[in-house]
Amino acid sequence: MSGAPGKGSGSEAGIRVCIRLFATYAEAAGRDAIEVTLPPGAVAADALAVVRAQPWAGRLAPSPAVAVNRRYAKADAELRDGDEVAIIPPVAGG
Amino acid sequence: MSGWLTDQPIDVARLVADVASAGSGGTVVFLGTVRRSEADGDVEAIEYSAYQEMADAELGRIVAETRARWPEVRIALRHRTGLVPLGEASVVIAASAPHRAEAYAASRFLIEETKRRAPIWKKERLATGAARWVEGRPAGG
Repeated sequence: MSGAPGKGSGSEAGIRVCIRLFATYAEAAGRDAIEVTLPPGAVAADALAVVRAQPWAGRLAPSPAVAVNRRYAKADAELRDGDEVAIIPPVAGG
Repeated sequence: MSGWLTDQPIDVARLVADVASAGSGGTVVFLGTVRRSEADGDVEAIEYSAYQEMADAELGRIVAETRARWPEVRIALRHRTGLVPLGEASVVIAASAPHRAEAYAASRFLIEETKRRAPIWKKERLATGAARWVEGRPAGG
C-alpha cells in the first residue's frame, strides 16, 4: 500500500460509521444500529443508501432525515471515520 | 438524564420557580398533555422514545435560538420519555419576561420548534394491551 493521501477523511481502508436506527425503523430492522465501512469521500447520502438496501427498507419514509454526529445533515455532508449517523423517522415529539 | 429530558413526571411548579425573577411581568406555561380523541379510541398512555443524545443537543439549540431572539425571556423546558398516562404532561415549557408579548412569543416558538425538530417518537398504549406507533411529521432541521 502506498501512503498517498485520499481526498476525504479516514484511512485507505474506508470510513467506519455507526448508523443508528430508532422507533419504527429499529422495530422493522430488529436492531438499533448498523456498523458499516464506506469508501473514502463518502457522504450522508451513502449511509442512507446502505439503509435503503436493507430488506425492511419499504418501511422508510420517502425522504428520511439524516443526522451526523447528533445534528441534522444534508445529503452531501462529508463523513469521517468514527462518525455517528442516524436515520430519523418522522418525528412526534412535543 | 439530560437537562431537557426526564423519565419522571414533570414538576411544573419547579419550572415556574426556575424562570421567576423580580423583572418578570408575565409568565407563560405550556403543557403538552396526553389526550384521547374519538379516533384514538381507548388510549391509556403514550410511550415516548427519543434519540436521547441528539434530542438533548437539538433542544439545547432550540433554547439557544429562542434566547437569541428574545434575550429578556427566561426559559425552562422539559420533555418526558417513557410511559406518560392520559392527562399527564409530556412536555412543559415555562417562559417569563418583563412583558407578556415576549413570553407568549418565545413559548410558541419553543413548542413549534420542538415538535418540528426534536428526535422523539410516540407509541400509543391501548386499554386492550395493544400498542401502535403514532405517525410523525418529517423531521425539520
